[in-house]
Amino acid sequence: MTTPAIDVRGLRKSYGAHVVLDGVDLNVPPGTVFALLGPNGAGKTTIVHILSTLIRADAGRALVAGFDVRREADSVRAEIGLTGQFSAVDGLLTGEENLLLMARLRHLGAKRSKTRVAELLEQFDLVEAARTPLATYSGGMRRRLDLAMTLVARPAVIFLDEPTTGLDPRSRRTMWDIVRGLVAQGTTVLLTTQQLEEADQLADHIAVLDGGRIVANGTPDELKRLVPGGHLRLRFADAVALDSATQLLDGSQRDDTGLVLSVPSDGGVGALRTVLDRLDRAGLEVADLSIHTPNLDDVFFALTGKAQRAGRVDTKGTAS
Amino acid sequence: MTTRTIELPPAKRPPAPGLRRPSHVVADSVTMLNRNLLHMIRYPGLSVFTIVGPVVILLLIVFVFGGTLGAGLPGVDPAGGRAAYLAYVMAGILVITLAGTAGGTATTVSMDMTEGITARFRTMAISRAAVLAGHVLGNTIQGIIAVALVLGVGVAIGFRPTASPVEWVAAAGMVALIAYAISWLGVAMGIQAKSVEVASNMPLVLTLLPLLGSGFVPTDSMPAGLAWFAQYQPFTAFIETIRGLLLGTPLGVNPVLAVGWCLVIVLIGYVWSAANYDRKSVRS
Repeated sequence: MTTPAIDVRGLRKSYGAHVVLDGVDLNVPPGTVFALLGPNGAGKTTIVHILSTLIRADAGRALVAGFDVRREADSVRAEIGLTGQFSAVDGLLTGEENLLLMARLRHLGAKRSKTRVAELLEQFDLVEAARTPLATYSGGMRRRLDLAMTLVARPAVIFLDEPTTGLDPRSRRTMWDIVRGLVAQGTTVLLTTQQLEEADQLADHIAVLDGGRIVANGTPDELKRLVPGGHLRLRFADAVALDSATQLLDGSQRDDTGLVLSVPSDGGVGALRTVLDRLDRAGLEVADLSIHTPNLDDVFFALTGKAQRAGRVDTKGTAS
Repeated sequence: MTTRTIELPPAKRPPAPGLRRPSHVVADSVTMLNRNLLHMIRYPGLSVFTIVGPVVILLLIVFVFGGTLGAGLPGVDPAGGRAAYLAYVMAGILVITLAGTAGGTATTVSMDMTEGITARFRTMAISRAAVLAGHVLGNTIQGIIAVALVLGVGVAIGFRPTASPVEWVAAAGMVALIAYAISWLGVAMGIQAKSVEVASNMPLVLTLLPLLGSGFVPTDSMPAGLAWFAQYQPFTAFIETIRGLLLGTPLGVNPVLAVGWCLVIVLIGYVWSAANYDRKSVRS
């Protein structure tokens, strides 16, 4: 069995009385993408900070690339790269100078530094802006530069803390493509996100984090299976039709205000045809039909008992 | 699904077990120093400000107040007041210049802390010593250059030092040591400050200290309590040492005190910085 890229047992962290991590276990095999999914304040960034040696856990054990983050921090640091939700770049230098700085600090040597920096500028679409000050960079460009700086050497494990937060949809797609390209070359990626779609798109494995605990852990498909199956949504023109349809279709749930009937279904064509045939035979007209397959939104709702929301509200009622 | 090709360099061979990674503190310090010098060249605004301030004070105080203030100095012919005061105040102005550089130091350090690049350095196995050395040495160099320029303005308006070559070297060494000590304090303040604005204001108190010493008037002329503070605070030792070396006024124990104070300030700056570096570099 290969050494896991990230191996975490019983991680705990509190700030005063405020518990941020309440016993977290993670196991990430090398060369995979692992997503930590959760709302603000769930503890995602704290996990990333502990694994990247920036802060210390109160209890628990964490190994990254086989090294203990507490006792072998320097060995861990040689194997990792971190791109956070705020781009950590030197705003007073140009993009090229930022990359050269990283190359020197990774001790690549003058010649290799130069070629590596040129490669990265090319691959991250930063050639034209290479010699302009960062003040002129867009958010997407800064984020790309930040990631390029992380990739000057070859980190075995890359931490991406909300890599696409605040980016426009196009920059977001570019970022996703970059992540897929890295994983194709064997890099392990741990990413945190609040966006269910992002986890679904990128991750091999997802852990749902809520209030400092992992409330679910599995592949995107496994997680989707955790929630009750999908359903068909049928909208009718009037209440009479809705009444008849409700009696006709077993297990359906009606919503009188929207004149909508939800019928449990596996989303397959056969089940759809059966439902439509029965309605046809009864002479009932369907105004509108949609197929609803369970998504991670449903998963999140089912697991935490609440909808995904932008900010958590603590006991004092102030958003944190 | 498109996949963008980001080529990674070949994977490193894992180091042999038990082999310590070579330390790169010196190389990394040089890299960090170069980075700070590049900042100064690219954005000279901050550096220019540290020179303009003292020069304005110098011109103001010599040409507006100098005649009167100089006449009040002990043993000075009232007719030669302005020239005598220029000679007297120069050491104070040079030390104010050095104190003023702490503001620039604190500002640049604070920018690094709040922009998250310090946290990035910490995830890269770059020693704290190298990161801080880059700031401290960069600002020491900046301080020495600023002092040289301000001194040049002084000479241009009639300041005539009487120092021998040995005394010049000693004065330069003293300036470098004070610049080094004050840079450490600036670094500590930059790490401590919650924001860049706070960081740029914190060291202002340092520029006030030469005024509460022997920089502008002899300490004997002050009320008893203030005179006591003025006599024993570090900036008076700095000022008396530089003045003695440049003009041949009595040095007494001041050089020893000045060097001692510098070492104490370096120690305070280092301990203060180290205590906060890890904690304050992480944005939560």
